[in-house]
Amino acid sequence: MTLILRRLLQAVVTLLGALTVMFLILRLTPGDPVQIMLGDYRTPELEAALRARYGLDQPLPMQYIRYVGNVLTGQFGVSYWRNQDVSTLVANAFPYTLQLSLAGIIVTCVIGLPLGLLAALKRNTLADIAAMLIALLGVAAPGFLLALILIYVLSYALGLFPVQGAGEGTGALNQARYLVLPAVALGFHSAALVARTTRSALLNVLSEDYLRTARAKGLTQAALLTRHAFQNALIPILAVLGLQLGQMLGAAGVIEIVFNRPGLGNMLIGAILSRDYPLSQAVLAVLLSGVILINLLTDVLYGLVDPRIRHA
Amino acid sequence: MSSTVWSTRASATPEVRLPRTFWRDTGQALRRQKAALLGLALVGLVILAALIGQVGVPESANRTNLAQRLSGPSPQHVLGTDGAGRDILQRVLLGAPLSLAVGVVAVAIGSVLGSLQGLIAGFRGGLLGSVIMRFTDAMLAFPTLLFALAIIATLGPGLSNVMIAVGLTSMPRFTRVMHAEVLSLRNRDYVLAARSLGATTPTILWRHILPNAMSSVLVLSTLSVSTAILAEATLSFLGLGPRPPTATWGAMISDGTSVLQVAPWVVLFPGLAITLTVLGFSLFGDGLRDALDVRLRDR
Repeated sequence: MTLILRRLLQAVVTLLGALTVMFLILRLTPGDPVQIMLGDYRTPELEAALRARYGLDQPLPMQYIRYVGNVLTGQFGVSYWRNQDVSTLVANAFPYTLQLSLAGIIVTCVIGLPLGLLAALKRNTLADIAAMLIALLGVAAPGFLLALILIYVLSYALGLFPVQGAGEGTGALNQARYLVLPAVALGFHSAALVARTTRSALLNVLSEDYLRTARAKGLTQAALLTRHAFQNALIPILAVLGLQLGQMLGAAGVIEIVFNRPGLGNMLIGAILSRDYPLSQAVLAVLLSGVILINLLTDVLYGLVDPRIRHA
Repeated sequence: MSSTVWSTRASATPEVRLPRTFWRDTGQALRRQKAALLGLALVGLVILAALIGQVGVPESANRTNLAQRLSGPSPQHVLGTDGAGRDILQRVLLGAPLSLAVGVVAVAIGSVLGSLQGLIAGFRGGLLGSVIMRFTDAMLAFPTLLFALAIIATLGPGLSNVMIAVGLTSMPRFTRVMHAEVLSLRNRDYVLAARSLGATTPTILWRHILPNAMSSVLVLSTLSVSTAILAEATLSFLGLGPRPPTATWGAMISDGTSVLQVAPWVVLFPGLAITLTVLGFSLFGDGLRDALDVRLRDR
């Protein structure tokens, strides 16, 4: 319980720090948001009106207090681009991004863990080299390229999956079909990293004395792996998985664009391109809070998996 | 680190042996790693492509030629043409110097600013050090792409803004590494000796701390170039990079999405260029890290 409270406090501090960093980026970098928003339609009167509307005419500390207050109460104003309440827009898009990120992390586990396990158990064999080559390519290839290759092969050539959208308004099973390709495209990069981490974590554990003893006692390979090796190799794997789920919230936007799916990332990029300052701020704040929440849950999971951390 | 140790191994035939130095040993360790050499070869290939792209590709490569639209790979157009009839090989070569420039400039921005912050935080410590490091922790909470998007949201799209955004994204990792290095170096005997001889803080930092911390920064820089190139490709794919018709690999793939079903080569070849470049820098960076680690070197 103490661990959870301590981590919760740390998460609140990190969130405040991250919001401060974002505030500083948005306010202190050379671009003027009002001028960016107005673009070619800039007039002194419009500039003054917008500055007053978003509180940008006030001193920096006041702007900061107002900004943090708005984020914490979820009041982001009206979207300049879509002319709707920003909070409603964000709330409607959030489930799609969450769905995609969770499906992505499932793909990461389903591909990454067995690949790493295979490479560790068959160390220095052809299987190990092949698994690590796949992992290396997965790390190097951009997610959007993999997405397009998947569309070409599995949708255009074989007709197995739909190309665009999220199957809104259809049944859960049909929506799952729409989710498969985006999830694989999003999760594969992380699967490659998880495979590499699993391999090195398992190799480290497999050379420990207690495993040699367990093997000498006559334990089967399966029991050795499940009861001793894997549990002890889980901390670095969990660390990478937590980190990757956070990264996925950021990367989901690109995949959402390729597959023309609704979601926060897609909305963020649209907001940036259309210079919708309130909407981009809101989406960034929500995604950032999501990342920090994931980091918090990962930290708590460490404690559940490893009693040494729980009692430290 | 820079001390010279003479090899004493007995030899039947007299031979001239070069003195062992840290960097010469690192070079030898690097030469023993096949993956790192493959990475170096790939990086060399990209640099060659960038040189050709800079001086050997005509201006007309970006010009529309609808008569040649979506031609498949052929002797005339080795990698085919895109939806505007432009030669893909020429445009891939044109994109190479841009990708490399973004990678190198962004990492230069991130490494210089980040290292400076880490150096100050580690050496000065105190309240200033704490503020810098908490600020760094907060920056590390951002996923890479999200951070870059946050900066682009303020600066607006464009090549130089992409360089700044990607550079600032890499900054906190350099701060962390330099901070850790300085903490481990600042109380070493040679630093105390320099101080007792009257060396000023800037001299100690410049002549004693910085050179000894450089190997970690070098490894991180090499690995960060691949991250930066990937980030630039993603931002260009999203339309946040240089304006058309500038050839960037990410934008070329974006152009190809609308014709993917009939002309997959428009997407495939720029994608291959990104993958091989990132792979090259990653393999070389991994190899450099192992070669610079004296514990791993002799295994």
